[in-house]
Amino acid sequence: MQIFVNGKKIQLPVDGLSVMGLVVHMQLVGKRIAIERNGDILPRSQFDQVFLRDGDKLEIVGAVGGG
Amino acid sequence: MSDTLAIAGKNYASRLLVGTGKYKDFTETRAAIDASGAEIVTVAIRRTNIGQDVSTPSLLDYLPPSEFTYLPNTAGCYSAEDAVRTLRLARELLDDHRLVKLEVLGDPNTLYPNVTETLAAAKTLVKEGFEVMVYTSDDPIIAKQLEDIGCVAVMPLASLIGSGMGILNPWNLQIIIESANIPVLVDAGVGCASDAAIAMELGCAGVLMNTAIAAARDPVMMAGAMKKAIEAGRESFLAGRMAKKLYSATPSSPTTGMIG
Repeated sequence: MQIFVNGKKIQLPVDGLSVMGLVVHMQLVGKRIAIERNGDILPRSQFDQVFLRDGDKLEIVGAVGGG
Repeated sequence: MSDTLAIAGKNYASRLLVGTGKYKDFTETRAAIDASGAEIVTVAIRRTNIGQDVSTPSLLDYLPPSEFTYLPNTAGCYSAEDAVRTLRLARELLDDHRLVKLEVLGDPNTLYPNVTETLAAAKTLVKEGFEVMVYTSDDPIIAKQLEDIGCVAVMPLASLIGSGMGILNPWNLQIIIESANIPVLVDAGVGCASDAAIAMELGCAGVLMNTAIAAARDPVMMAGAMKKAIEAGRESFLAGRMAKKLYSATPSSPTTGMIG
């Protein structure tokens, strides 16, 4: 299964991975992040209930220094 | 001291708001912000670095949200749509945090704001329950329109972002301040402490700056200078300056009891 994360193509080894599964896979557990899936905000509380589909486009963001 | 800055129903002791960009490292960021006394700090929302070392520290480790009020911004956005999208993500990122800084740019060279896109984004954000502090040009009519939309603070530029040119049009700022019923903060263009003091003497409720501190030779010392300038400028404004006159026939020392 192939998805896009922050504009990069990512090949996932298994199908039916949850968003939480992806967060674990990307070693982002414990990091303060927000995720948008196909243009919609995905609340953190739903990470383990939402399953990724082939071609999904995700944006994973965090806070950085800025003025 | 009861002279606090009230924004969206919350009171802040400091009238200096600072950005967190352009510092050498997070240690310097933290030291400068501590020296500035700022309680509200702006942050940008950016894509997480996928595949980076998980132990890499983040800005939030150095500036915990428990100690500061975050003001997520829309820096780098050139459309209302992108700005709204960014702040929706920020709201989720920061646990339903509503206080935000809206800025929509119109030109990558000057970073001049695009006021029509800013107005459109402000409308959407206010409708969605955001508390919008809005960066804009020093056009008094646009500033009033942003207030009417429901923004919680209007933040006209003193001069262009990162220019350090200081306050180029104090007259427009004065018109904005006189007609506003919400806090007016100068955002962008301040270069040195005297610029910040002048902004406060004009009657600004506060000043937001980043480059003036981060690009100083000694950012931590400049942060302290800005803190003092903001306080001095505010007190000078509240105290009420003497009237200006070309000359005065009233010397400060007595005219009687002269020797000889």
